[in-house]
Amino acid sequence: MAEPAASSGAGHAMTRDEVARLAQLARIDLSDAELDHLAPQLAVIIESVAVVSSVAADEVPGTSHPLPVRNVFRRDVVRPSLAPEEVLAGAPEVEQSRFSVPRILGEEA
Amino acid sequence: MTAVSTRSTTAAELMPYDEALSRFDPVLGLEVHVELNTASKMFCGCSTVFGREPNTQTCPVCLGLPGALPVLNAAAVESAIRIGLALNCDIAAECRFARKNYFYPDMPKNFQTSQYDEPIAVNGGVDIDVDGQPFRIGIERAHMEEDTGKSLHVGGATGRIHGADHSLVDYNRAGIPLIEIVTKPIEGTGRLAPAVARAYVGWLRELLLGLGVSDVRMEQGSLRCDVNLSLRPDPGAPYGTRSETKNVNSLRSVERAVRYEVSRQAARLATGRRVVQETRHWHEDTGVTTSGRSKEQAEDYRYFPEPDLVPIAPSVTEVERLRASLPEPPAIRRARLQADWGFSDLEMRDVVGAGALLLVEQTVAAGASPAAAKKWWLSELARRANDAGVALDELGITPEHVAAVQSLVDAGRINDKLARQVLDGVLAGEGSPEQVVSARGLEVVSDEGKLSAAVDRAIAGNPGVAEKIRAGKMAAAGALIGAVMKEMHGQADAGRVRELILEKLN
Ligand SMILES: [Zn+2]
Repeated sequence: MAEPAASSGAGHAMTRDEVARLAQLARIDLSDAELDHLAPQLAVIIESVAVVSSVAADEVPGTSHPLPVRNVFRRDVVRPSLAPEEVLAGAPEVEQSRFSVPRILGEEA
Repeated sequence: MTAVSTRSTTAAELMPYDEALSRFDPVLGLEVHVELNTASKMFCGCSTVFGREPNTQTCPVCLGLPGALPVLNAAAVESAIRIGLALNCDIAAECRFARKNYFYPDMPKNFQTSQYDEPIAVNGGVDIDVDGQPFRIGIERAHMEEDTGKSLHVGGATGRIHGADHSLVDYNRAGIPLIEIVTKPIEGTGRLAPAVARAYVGWLRELLLGLGVSDVRMEQGSLRCDVNLSLRPDPGAPYGTRSETKNVNSLRSVERAVRYEVSRQAARLATGRRVVQETRHWHEDTGVTTSGRSKEQAEDYRYFPEPDLVPIAPSVTEVERLRASLPEPPAIRRARLQADWGFSDLEMRDVVGAGALLLVEQTVAAGASPAAAKKWWLSELARRANDAGVALDELGITPEHVAAVQSLVDAGRINDKLARQVLDGVLAGEGSPEQVVSARGLEVVSDEGKLSAAVDRAIAGNPGVAEKIRAGKMAAAGALIGAVMKEMHGQADAGRVRELILEKLN
């Protein structure tokens, strides 16, 4: 499971190719004109965020959460779920009480 | 020359297993996913009960609806730590969850909450027994993650008239806590690679059962195995390119999948082709693997720390409390049971190898002798489990059933042959052994009058044989016993029939 970490966003300017790849990963269909328009904008945003990293010295640990809180748990107790009609109300299409979605190519049958 | 057989134009070429092993050294890696048996899901209060109506066990959290926030299930963390400790891992002083981003409809959130670079348990190792030889398996890590929804694929190929191929998704399983247990590369197995893989997964099932953290029912998917395999020219060489075969879901399939990948990869390498690093799918029915997604198209999950969950930092006190709650370590337990049962090393090895240790223990606890418990599980029932491709404890017969069958034999109410029919009945869902005996009318005939009459008829019908017995040739009695048993449709106590014959002819 040791996948390579995302390569983008680590304090260097974003290229047009990287933006195109991110768009593809996020399943966003961008035209050439949109890429031309968005790539420089994203590059500016990433560069601005990178300034924050330059302030953080080695003794500042990385953080994933703004509060200094650990070990927030719930007890293993079952609570009511939503009614299936409610759940399926948000489905694009419903069949056999399941979400009907386009088949993903290459997935196991 | 290389013997490469082509099964069809589409099937992979295979090199016979023995030849493949004479030319290449296999390196294994096993990733086992265990569904925990918590009452509620990993991050929400939805029930985890298996087999309910689709989409009846979901809520805003496990559906990833906007604004819903996950809260971690304390019992899942305890189970994860206990598993880590039982695998002799170090428990992380602090660890976090990450988002694994991807776009399959099996996760409604478009990401799976998983541990990535900070697993809860790392760097362990276990000693297993492979055909009587001890074998050390290193454990790289055990981490927490959530299960995905279940997809049914319909349309096109299945002959539907309307609509293109599509998938139907049930999210009842999405969010059930999973532990993924990853081995270090397993070297030095040589030709035993398939047996090592099977023995390890079987050992792990037994460990998890003993810990009481999972139902470990492979046929229901609560224990799933991915098999990574690569070949190299010789044991000193760097690792070759590996394939990852997903969802190999029975012990027998684990063994078969390893064998198949050895033969497939060897055929490629021997003819100068390379092994592609890819995900492969295992097909239980045909026993082959087929290509899935290629890893070389750089899957990029864009992992990042989960901002909706805070870090987990189990205290030393807590970890030590959980360590103290662990059951007896497998090796010590095995030695204790062997002494209690008076089994030889070889007998014990057979029991462990068949994955029957707990079953024999429970059968003995239910009243059977150790020898009888071993006999039923390792002969009749092992054969049936093997035929069905399931583990012994998935057969659908309980230790209590087996003990009850043996007690019917001990009471003289059925013989071994009838006992096999009783087992058939229990396996066919006809109820307890007692119920099967009465429903099928399997009880041995203990009516002395009936037996005596049948013996008289057998003597009258075989005067030559009777004469030999009168003359002292006791071995000839077998023919008369056979005739009586045939007339009684096997439902007689052969020992009593023999006594009657000898009484009448002496
Ligand atoms: Zn839920």
